[in-house]
Amino acid sequence: MKELSLHILDVTQNSIRANAKLVNLTIFESIAKNEFTITIEDDGCGISAEKLQYVTDPFVTTRTTRKVGLGLSLFKAAAETCGGYFEISSELGVGTKVVASFMRDHIDRVPLGNMPDTVVTMVMSFEETDLIYEHNYNNRSFVFNTREIKETLEVTSLNEPDILQWIREFIRDGLEEIMEEE
Amino acid sequence: MAKSLAELKAIREKKLNEINLRHGKNGYRVVVGMATCGIAAGARPVMVKLMEEVQAKNLVDVTVAQTGCIGMCKLEPIVEVYDSNDEKVTYVHMTPEKVTKVIEEHLVKGNVVTEYTMTVVDGKVIDTTVKA
Ligand SMILES: Nc1ncnc2c1ncn2[C@@H]1O[C@H](COP(=O)(O)OP(=O)(O)OP(=O)(O)O)[C@@H](O)[C@H]1O
Ligand code: FES
Ligand SMILES: [Mg+2]
Repeated sequence: MKELSLHILDVTQNSIRANAKLVNLTIFESIAKNEFTITIEDDGCGISAEKLQYVTDPFVTTRTTRKVGLGLSLFKAAAETCGGYFEISSELGVGTKVVASFMRDHIDRVPLGNMPDTVVTMVMSFEETDLIYEHNYNNRSFVFNTREIKETLEVTSLNEPDILQWIREFIRDGLEEIMEEE
Repeated sequence: MAKSLAELKAIREKKLNEINLRHGKNGYRVVVGMATCGIAAGARPVMVKLMEEVQAKNLVDVTVAQTGCIGMCKLEPIVEVYDSNDEKVTYVHMTPEKVTKVIEEHLVKGNVVTEYTMTVVDGKVIDTTVKA
C-alpha cells in the first residue's frame, strides 16, 4: 500500500466484517522516540487462539472467493520492513487488537497519507459502528469520536454528504493543528 | 479556526428535510468493493468522489456505502449500483473521473454507462457470466 492510511482503512474493514460496534484507532507519532505506531482495537467477534497463530500468513482467509487473505500479512510486512513490529491479539466474543509499529524515519516507511479521506471512507462503511480516533503527535493530541457527533446531531448514522464533508475538514484541521511547528 | 460541533449542527438543521428524504425507498444504493484488493486498486478516492458528486448534484435519494469482497480482484475498484427494485449494474476499473460520468448519466438520467460495466473491460467484451 502506498499510504499507512490505506492499511488503516483496510484493517478496519476486518472489524466491520467481525460485526464490531466500536473501533478504537490510535496513532502515536514521536520524533524523539523515532516511533510511528498504529493501534486498531475492535469489539467484534474475535479470532480463535488456534487461528490467531497463522492469521498473518497470506494463505489464511475466511473469504470464500479466493484462497489468500492479504490485509494483515501486508500490514505486518510493512512494519517489519521498517525496523518495527506487528502484534495481533484477540479473544473470541471480546474483540481484536492489531498493533503495527514503524521506525518513523525509516526510508521504506510510506507516509501516513490522506487521513481525512480514510476517516470519511470508514464512516461511510461503518453504518452504526462507532469510531474513536486519537492521534498523538509529539505529545499533542487530537481526538475524533463519532459517538459525540451522533449525540449532538441526534442521528444514528453519519453517512450523509454534508456531515461527511464536515468530518473531512474537522480531521484535516485537527491534524494540521497538532502537527504545526511550535 | 477549528471546526465546531455547533457549526455542524447548523448545517444539519438546514438540511434536515433533505436528509429525511434520503431514507425514502425510491433511490439508488451505490456500493464500493472494500476488500484489500479494492483498497489497493483505488477504492478510497472512488468512494470519496461518489460522496462529493452526490452532494454536488444534491441527489437526496442516493446512498453510498461499502461492500466486502465482490470476487473479481482484477476488476477492482468495483462499484455496484442497485436500483429500487434491487436490480444491479456492476462498474469495473473505476476511477474518480468515471464516477462523475456514472453519476451524471446513470444516477441522474437513468442511463447505464455500458462502456464501464462488467461486460466491457478495456474495450473488450468479456464473459458476462462471471460469478460474484
Ligand atoms: N478484527 C478482526 N476480527 C475478527 N476476525 C478477523 C479480524 N481481522 C482479521 N480477522 C480474520 O483473519 C483473516 C485474515 O485477515 P486479512 O485481513 O489478512 O485477510 P482478509 O480480510 O480475509 O482478506 P483481505 O484483507 O485480503 O481483503 C480474516 O479472513 C478474518 O477471518
Ligand atoms: S478479495 Fe478481491 S474482490 Fe474479493
Ligand atoms: Mg482484511
